[in-house]
Amino acid sequence: MKLFRFRGGIHPPSRKELSAGSAIETMPLPERLYIPMQQHIGTPAEPAVKIGQHVLKGQLLARASGALSAPIHAPTSGWIRAVTDFTAPHPSGLPILTVVLEPDGKDEWDEFPLPKDPFEMPPELIAERVAAAGIVGMGGATFPTAVKLGGATNKHIHTLLINGGECEPYLTCDDRLMRERAFEVIDGVLLILHGIRWGRAIIAIEDNKHEALEAMRATAKGYGQLEVVAVPTLYPMGSEKQLIKTVTGLEVPAGGLAAQVGVLVQNVATAYAVHEAIRYGRPLVRRIVTVSGGAVRDRRNLEVPIGTLVDDLLRHCGHDGEPERLLMGGPMMGTVLPHAMVPIVKGSNGVLALSKPELPEGSASPCIRCGSCVRVCPVGLMPLELMKRAQNNDLDGAQDYGLSDCLSCGTCAYVCPAHLPLTHYFNYAKGELAARAQQKRKNDYTRQLVQARQARLEREAQAKAAAAAKRKAERAAKKAQEAEA
Amino acid sequence: MTTPISGPHYHGQRSVRGIMAQVMLALVPATVFALWQFGWPALFLFLLTLLSAVVTEALSLHLAGKAKCAFLLDGSGLLTAWLLALSLPPWAPWWIGVVGGAFAIVLGKQVFGGIGQNLFNPAMLARVALLISFPVEMTRWAAPQPFTATGAPGFVDSLKITFSGGTNLDSLTGATVLGHSKTELTRGIGLDVSLSDIYTPLDYLFGLSGGSFGETSALLLLLGGLYLLVRRIITWQIPVAMLATVALLAGIMHLVDPLRYADPLLHLLAGGLMLGAFFIATDPVTSPSGGLGQLVFGMGCGVLVYVIRTWGGFPEGLAFAVLIMNAATPLIDHYLRPRVYGRSRRGTPLTYTAEQLGREKE
Repeated sequence: MKLFRFRGGIHPPSRKELSAGSAIETMPLPERLYIPMQQHIGTPAEPAVKIGQHVLKGQLLARASGALSAPIHAPTSGWIRAVTDFTAPHPSGLPILTVVLEPDGKDEWDEFPLPKDPFEMPPELIAERVAAAGIVGMGGATFPTAVKLGGATNKHIHTLLINGGECEPYLTCDDRLMRERAFEVIDGVLLILHGIRWGRAIIAIEDNKHEALEAMRATAKGYGQLEVVAVPTLYPMGSEKQLIKTVTGLEVPAGGLAAQVGVLVQNVATAYAVHEAIRYGRPLVRRIVTVSGGAVRDRRNLEVPIGTLVDDLLRHCGHDGEPERLLMGGPMMGTVLPHAMVPIVKGSNGVLALSKPELPEGSASPCIRCGSCVRVCPVGLMPLELMKRAQNNDLDGAQDYGLSDCLSCGTCAYVCPAHLPLTHYFNYAKGELAARAQQKRKNDYTRQLVQARQARLEREAQAKAAAAAKRKAERAAKKAQEAEA
Repeated sequence: MTTPISGPHYHGQRSVRGIMAQVMLALVPATVFALWQFGWPALFLFLLTLLSAVVTEALSLHLAGKAKCAFLLDGSGLLTAWLLALSLPPWAPWWIGVVGGAFAIVLGKQVFGGIGQNLFNPAMLARVALLISFPVEMTRWAAPQPFTATGAPGFVDSLKITFSGGTNLDSLTGATVLGHSKTELTRGIGLDVSLSDIYTPLDYLFGLSGGSFGETSALLLLLGGLYLLVRRIITWQIPVAMLATVALLAGIMHLVDPLRYADPLLHLLAGGLMLGAFFIATDPVTSPSGGLGQLVFGMGCGVLVYVIRTWGGFPEGLAFAVLIMNAATPLIDHYLRPRVYGRSRRGTPLTYTAEQLGREKE
């Protein structure tokens, strides 16, 4: 198959060897699970349980709210102990509404009606069941999968692209999933194909994952509609836009969606979740998480109930002293955790406890305009120019230099010899831009209200004046009559 | 635990100091060879230029209230002075090096706000300032006299040459090929005659000719430049565009009138072109950062070098060419940006026809 090259990209040391050798293990149930109501892009789910209530594994905990949302289910059987605010996996450490579940130790599944043959089901039903199972993009973007599938059925999709890129250093959860559960992943892919009424899928895997490629190829053999493709190992290959370019040669138009070029992208872990949901009716209540980093003693790939605390994972794997930095996700795009008392959510592909020698040294110095960032930017931006504008709060200038096209992939900051935190500036500017847009909406609304009030006052004044004029005219007429009389 | 910081939490091994060190390493062969060729006076001048740059940089940083250590140790000031020294006449008096080093650092770099802020290449700015202010000292070219040569000045004589201007300097000096051929042309003497007694390509390739201190050995400079390319400190665009443009123009003009216009090889080997193409025009701070912009920049430098050498008032135009193109760098960077993913060259979102998308369907 002919592949295409996206511009730029880097080859950071993969450090996947730390955990790639350890098979997926089931994480023992912790004492308490903390299940946040927002684990997806969109509106938070609404709790549907009472404190003290007993729930079975897979039972609904919270309903989806609105069109862009996802329901949340109980990761194990047990009692609801609280519905309260708890730290979210976000650098701010701000709390969000969270259901606290105390496992009863039985891990007893709720009963689900099983379809006889899912491929006999009407395709719409697939998206419906995926929605009901609370599946979201598990590569980290956490976009509700059913919304994507629903959109895909209405559009001209020619390729279902399954993302097995896993280009972030350290992470090996997708690698292990493909090696050990290739059949389930492939089944999930076939089910998604059925759901979008289209026959062809390309499964793209970076060529540094030999075992995963082999397992997936062996399993996909015999399905003419599936093609397993080895794509070059190049960060950020796992980014949706870059993968589409590599496999199809097409570029998603700026500001547009993958569907516009006829491609639907799903992560391998999402395909696995679809398999679980359609074949067994099981909602998304657990996921595979890579626990790695220099501060972790036994680096592993654990299958973890959603809501398990990072602290539980670290204690299970053992760690030497306090880690220098704690991340959720990979080292390139992952988020810093304020502390370990933060739960695993549907999008958590890794927990990294990094030791000091693994972290970048050196403080930022002025830009020497070496252009390294321009050469490696996978989007074709000039990060140094963009940074200058972001630093000066020149948001229009930053927009002109493509702020909204930036992926925040961190490639520029990775190569910068001056150690400038370029991505940090871009994220800041994006936040400012969003705040400005919101402020503008607010101002527009206020202006509308003020204008409406003025119009109303004017109308009233006119009415008053008209009434006064009428009365005056009447009085004058009366006077005239009297005078005549 | 740490305070929240934005990613990435991963970094390549490159640093500013590392880049400067690599460039200096690439300059070592040509510099050592030049020191051998021109002896003690050249070494004195070299050290004085470097010393002057370091002292004035420390002073500037002190006045600006900046952290001295971090900036002094980044190596950029040393590199600037090094490049300036290589472009000076090897036996120039001590104050040329001192004034040049100070000028490059203070007026070329620190007044703009220090590293990364200057619009013009500081070394070339200083060189041009010196050339215009002190044309006599800046065009007195010593003939190569290696340490071992019989006529070479000893340590004490060399001190005299550097510090008191040396009395019998004129007897030791000659003209460069670019200067000589230009002067002879004004007297109506063609290149066939003027070049015959001064120019042999091999001497210029290996650096056995007179000329600026570090510009003479085209071969060693080329090797240093290739090293920088391999280590990805510089990109190919500027040097290739610059050398190719000079060679092309020289080739065309040489075909037109070989008596008046020197052949491409002479242009490539003589003067500061090799040093300029690999080490000076590629200065990241003052050259464009995009690939296309770098091509345009290199071509512009090449055209200007040839035009000044051939029709201008000075025999060598490298410094002027680089400075003029430096001024154009912000403009080039503004207009010649890379194409953005999902956008056309003009910046509008890409559109595909149904056919383009359908073809993918097979």
